Formats: sequence, structure tokens, C-alpha cells
Amino acid sequence: MSQLSFDLVIVGVGGQGTLLASKIIGKLALSAGLGVKVSEVHGMSQRGGSVITHVRVGDAVHAPLVSLGAADYLISFEALEAARAAAYLKEDGIAIVNTQRILPMPVITGAAAYPADPLTAPPLSDHVVEAVDALTLAVEAGSQKAVNLVLLGRLSRHLAFEEEAWKHAIASSVPRATFATNLKAFEAGRV
Amino acid sequence: MDENKLISAEQFGMPSREPQLMLGNEAVARGAWEAGVHVVSSYPGTPSTEITEAAAKYEEVDVQWAPNEKVAAEVAFGAAMAGARAMTCMKHVGVNVAADPIFTAAYTGVNGGLVICCADDPAMHSSQNEQDSRYYARAAHIPMLEPADSQECLEYTKLAFELSEELDTPVFLRLTTRISHARSIVKQGKRESIPVKAYRKDMMKYVMMPAMARKRHVHVEKRESFLSEAANQMPINEITMRDQEIGVITSGACYQYVRDALPNASTLKLGMVYPMPMKLIKQFADQVKRLIVFEELEGLLEKDIRAAGIACEGKNLTGLQGELSVESIKHALLGTPMPVASGVDLPARPPVLCPGCPHRGVFYAVSKLGLRVMGDIGCYTLAALPPLSAMDACLCMGASIGMASGAERAQGKAFSKGTIAVLGDSTFLHSGIAPLIDAVYNRQSITVLILDNRITGMTGHQQNPASGLDIRNQPAPAVDIQKLCESCGVTHVSIVDPFDLKAVEKVLKEETERDEVSVVIARRACALLERSTIPPYVIDGCRNCGMCLKLACPAIERREKQVVINAALCIGCGMCAQVCPFKAIKEGVRAV
Ligand SMILES: Cc1ncc(C[n+]2csc(CCOP(=O)(O)OP(=O)(O)O)c2C)c(N)n1
Repeated sequence: MSQLSFDLVIVGVGGQGTLLASKIIGKLALSAGLGVKVSEVHGMSQRGGSVITHVRVGDAVHAPLVSLGAADYLISFEALEAARAAAYLKEDGIAIVNTQRILPMPVITGAAAYPADPLTAPPLSDHVVEAVDALTLAVEAGSQKAVNLVLLGRLSRHLAFEEEAWKHAIASSVPRATFATNLKAFEAGRV
Repeated sequence: MDENKLISAEQFGMPSREPQLMLGNEAVARGAWEAGVHVVSSYPGTPSTEITEAAAKYEEVDVQWAPNEKVAAEVAFGAAMAGARAMTCMKHVGVNVAADPIFTAAYTGVNGGLVICCADDPAMHSSQNEQDSRYYARAAHIPMLEPADSQECLEYTKLAFELSEELDTPVFLRLTTRISHARSIVKQGKRESIPVKAYRKDMMKYVMMPAMARKRHVHVEKRESFLSEAANQMPINEITMRDQEIGVITSGACYQYVRDALPNASTLKLGMVYPMPMKLIKQFADQVKRLIVFEELEGLLEKDIRAAGIACEGKNLTGLQGELSVESIKHALLGTPMPVASGVDLPARPPVLCPGCPHRGVFYAVSKLGLRVMGDIGCYTLAALPPLSAMDACLCMGASIGMASGAERAQGKAFSKGTIAVLGDSTFLHSGIAPLIDAVYNRQSITVLILDNRITGMTGHQQNPASGLDIRNQPAPAVDIQKLCESCGVTHVSIVDPFDLKAVEKVLKEETERDEVSVVIARRACALLERSTIPPYVIDGCRNCGMCLKLACPAIERREKQVVINAALCIGCGMCAQVCPFKAIKEGVRAV
């Protein structure tokens, strides 16, 4: 697997700010001269539903969507959503999962139960899972909104982009006032 | 000359030259700007909304939200007739609303170029049906272009303006969700400086009475046969020969899926899906052993190709529903098994009303009173889902009022004492006024509940004629919804704060009892518009009765033997405190 050609799926709950992560990776790929396509979800599911962003980086990317069973990486902002998206991962794909839990309405009303431990049970148990308490790390870095940067930091360990390139992509994607916090969060995820 | 304007575009965060990763929708706006567009008038609708929002960032362009798609199309048409380059953008069902002006604009033709963008939503990510707008192109005899990535979104938009002026016709630009909401790399150009043409009175062209329309219909036919011929030479209809075993005719997002799924297949990519280049198709068919059409939704290219006597396959392989994908094309053609999600049963996560949403309390009260709800389209449609389960019907924008009137006619006046029609502010202004007039005029006794959250919420917070701001957030005259209803002849119009559950319940009880049309306006701004300054609520002494859970608030969770409020999500609306029979829910203390 060439590390500069990869399929990534980012999932979470509508309203969690998953779009910033794909924006940063998009800029990173663009500045590295790679082909890139990103598919986002706008509309109804942004109201607290399951959301998914597809990111495809490489020279011959056509479809804007990652095929099931083809993702090199899965980033999940929420534990249950990671399990839901596990089918996107290829056999040796890696899931980077924020351990935070957000209960869906059927669980709140008692119509369904939240899985006891989605990260270690099937379907995720078939894959390498890197669990990250991104919310705590983000709060430590200065803002609970920086969860995305913590998770990106973790992903950055697997990709061959230079640290400087990441910094550049982050700087051009977040408001100047929050750059320091975001960078701190990124580094907290990366170490 | 234009340099200053280019700089101004850059100030809006859109550098003019560097390749950028752009949404298809942003690239359409960029293309329109480069084509010198003067006027954009649209009504929001997923997945088309960001085109107009992106256009509003270019200060040279006069951009506005209209109250509905019909008005948007008429404004754009008027601008084009008066010499400007104009564009109107809408989702697929918006074309139904705008169809009346569009069909006859095909007869009159234009003066400045007129582009109609319509964004279809295969698989219904955010829509109530899966209609295929390519049928509109055929029915109205309007050419239709379909880009397959963001770069093509930019280029085809420019081409659409040129075709429009050259052929004297509106031109459709058709997008789908995966084109509108996908980002890919775009090389940008400069804005062409296109002057607004002179206005010219021309009765034979623009006054569509039968005598004139008959003549214009001839023009429409001529134009179409000319374009059908020219289509065979258009570079955007492109044959690429690879392996001759399989030849695929396709367009838009499907083209991308085909390239990944069948990299060796020969392709005929249609950049113009109407009219079709039949000679080119015949030429392609003659060169391949097996001809397959991959298209989402209807099998419309396929039918026309067969009708032209060319054998092909298509919908027998893929069906009429949903989106195609790399996987489904491989499955259809190569027999590769469809990858399936794991067999593990996971709880679903349907979208929900946000914490602090003003719609919540209203539906809680409606549910408690056991009222039937003729619903409508907006965030509040989410109240149809459990546990609120407070909606009986939802058809299309503005239909709630007409449905309530119709139900009363079927079931009698008593039925309306247990029924309300519910719709949002944007939806009321879009298409709720005429049915309200109808209800008054025809002596109904329905009760209409307008959920006025001061914004068009579902599509991502667009201003509307009642919100007091325009698309660029500049102050604008605001419609007074109460006075508007009164002037339609409604004598009982009341306003209630949806956070006050008792008041909501009381007014709904009173108004449904009335033997004439009444309107209740539940007014409070969308919870996402203003940051709450109220501390999150806390539960102390929970008896676990579960009453607060009936509100369907994502911030309230049951944990083992008691209910807790998630402080990270709670915005302090206090509705739960009102429904707790044990007074166990209280305002918390804001952590500093
Ligand atoms: C004809 C048509 N145009 C546009 C849409 C897209 N759309 C769905 S809901 C909605 C507006 C909802 O606004 P409002 O009625 O104010 O309710 P809110 O979402 O704010 O609660 C729009 C524009 C549609 N479904 N149909």
C-alpha cells in the first residue's frame, strides 16, 4: 500500500464537525500534487443522524465514493458509528476511533440497546482498532471542538506527509484564532 | 478592466487562479461567475443550495433567495429577457414548482443566457421522492448538460450560457448529489466581461398568446433538430475506445463509477443528455460487442437508444432505484458479489430535532392532545419519528393546509377539531398562502400551526422573506406573517412561545375547537441560530418515570436506573423541567 494513495472514510454524528477533517486532508493532498476527491453529506442527516465523508487520494481516482471493503483507514468520531462503518474497511484496514459515545434516539427511548463495547466486538474486532479518547485530549488542548484534529493527528502517523505539510494544511483550514489550539490537539493525537 | 473585480472575488475567499478543491456546487457558481452571470435567483433545496450560497460570495453578481422556485425561475427569466445572463438553481422537486414558467420559456427563448440548475437526489438522501429531472428536458424541449466532476461543473456552466444565447433557449444543468456534494480539483479562469444586452420589446417572441406561441413552437422544433444533429460533433459527448467487448454509454457520477469498476471498457460519455447524439451512439454501438447503458433512476437514455433501433442493456442489470456504485456495476457485469454490511444488528441513528429546538415542545403538546397532524416539509418533519410520532401525512412543500382542508371535506367539520396543519415559516411563504386563502374562501374550519423559527432550517439556515435579512445577511424588509394571515381573511391569529408548553397546549385546544379557520404562530428562533447563555439543566432526585424522555431530546439519556442530562448537548431550553412531574429537573450552574 503506497501511503500517498489511500481511501479513507470519516464517520460520526451530524453536528460533530466531521467536515473539517476531510477539508484538511483535501488541502494536504492538493499541495502534494496528488489527485483527490471528497464526498460530503449535507442536508437531513446533519441533524444528529449518522454522517459519512469519503476521501479518496491518489493519481487515478474516479468515483467520489469509497467502495465497501476498500478503505485503508476509517476515522470515527463516535464508537457506535465506527461499528456501523466497519464494512468499508479492507481486511488490513485500520480504524481510528474516538471512544466517545452519543446515544441515538432509539437507545434513548429504550427501543434499542447501545452495544456493550463496539470497539472490541464484531464487526470491528476483525480489524486493527486504535481507540483514542479524543474528547479528553481535545479538552486538554483547549477546546472540545478540536476532536477532529486529535483524530487527524493519529491518522498522520500512518501517512507519509511531512509534519510541515500538515501544519500548512491545518493553518489554511482553521480560523487564525484557533490555530494554536488545533495544532496542539493535532500533536496530542500524533505523539 | 476586470482586474479589480478579480481581486474582490479573492477577498471573498475564492482565489481566482490556484487550483482548488471545490464542491461541484461551488464550481457551478464559479463557472457562472466566469461566464459573467449577472443575476442568480433561487430557492434552497438539498443538494442544490450551495450553488446560490457560493454565488453570493461574488460581489459582482446580483444574488437573491426567492420565496419559491417558480418565483426564482420567473425572476431569472425576466433578467434574461431584459438582457442579463441569469441563473436559477433548485432541487429536483423544485422543478415541479417552477415547471410552469420553464415550459413556456422554452418557447420564448431568451435574450441574455438563462441556465436552470436542477440537482437530483438518487437514493433520497434528503428528499421525498426520486424523480428524474431528465424527463423535464424532454418534456419541455430544453437542452440538458450533465457534468461528471467539479471541473466539468465549472466548464459546462460556461458552455450552458453560450448554448443558451446561441440557440435562444434556456439550458438545464443537471446535477446529482454525488456531483453537487463531491469535492474535486478545479482549475479556475477569469470572469468574462459580458455587458447586459439591450432590452427590446418583441411581442412575437415574448407574448405567448396562441397565435404567437404556435409560431414559437415551430422555432422550438427547429432548434431541437438542429441541436440533435450538432450533438454528434460536440466534444462533451466523447467516445473513448478501449476493449471492444463492452461499450458503456453513461454520464455524470455514473461515468466515474464505470471508470473505476470497468477500467478496460470503452465508453461514450454524454456531457449533453438531451438531445442525444444518436449518430454518435450508433457509431459507438457498431464498434463494441456488448452495449450497456449505466444511468441512475429512470432508464431513459436506454429507452431512446432502443427506440432508435440500437440494441442495448441497462436497467435489466441495475434496476430503477437508488444510486449506482462501483460495487453495483461490478456486481451487475462481472458477477462480483455485492459486499454487505456485517450481520451485526446495530441501533439506527435517525436524524433528530436538535437540543433546544423550538419545534419540540409544540409536537410534545400535539402528541399529548392526540391531534392528527397534516404535516409538511422542514426540520419539523422529524417529529414524525418515535417517540413524538406526531405526523399523519407529509407530501410536498405547502401541502399541509390543502390536505387538512381536503380531509375536512371527506370527514366533516368535526374531524378538524382533532386535526391541525403544521408547516414552517419558509414553507408557508413558499406555498402555504394560496391554500390558506382557499381554506378561508371555502369556509373550512381547519387550524394551521406555523412554526416560525425565523429561518429556513432544514436546508442549512437560509434567510427568507420573513427573517428580516437577505442572502448576504443585509437587512431586508420582513413579511409580517400575522398580518398576512389576517389579510387572507383569518380572524383568529395567535402567537405563542413554543418553549411555554402550557400556553401551546391551551391555544391548540382553543383554536381546534373553533368553527372557522384559525392560525397559530409558534415563534422562537432556531436553536442553532443563537448561542444559548442559559446553563445546562440538571436532574436531582430522578424517579425514573420517563416523562422527559417523551420529548425526544438528544441531550436527555437514560443511564441504568435514572435519567441524566448531557451537559455538553443541553442548551437550557427548560422544556424537560416543565414536563417533569416531580420537579426534579432544574437549571444548572454555568461552569466558568
Ligand atoms: C419544492 C421544494 N423545494 C425545496 C425543498 C427543500 N426543503 C425542504 S424543507 C425546506 C424548508 C424548510 O424551512 P421551514 O419551513 O422554515 O422549516 P424549518 O426547517 O426551518 O423547520 C426546504 C427548502 C423541497 N423539499 N421541496
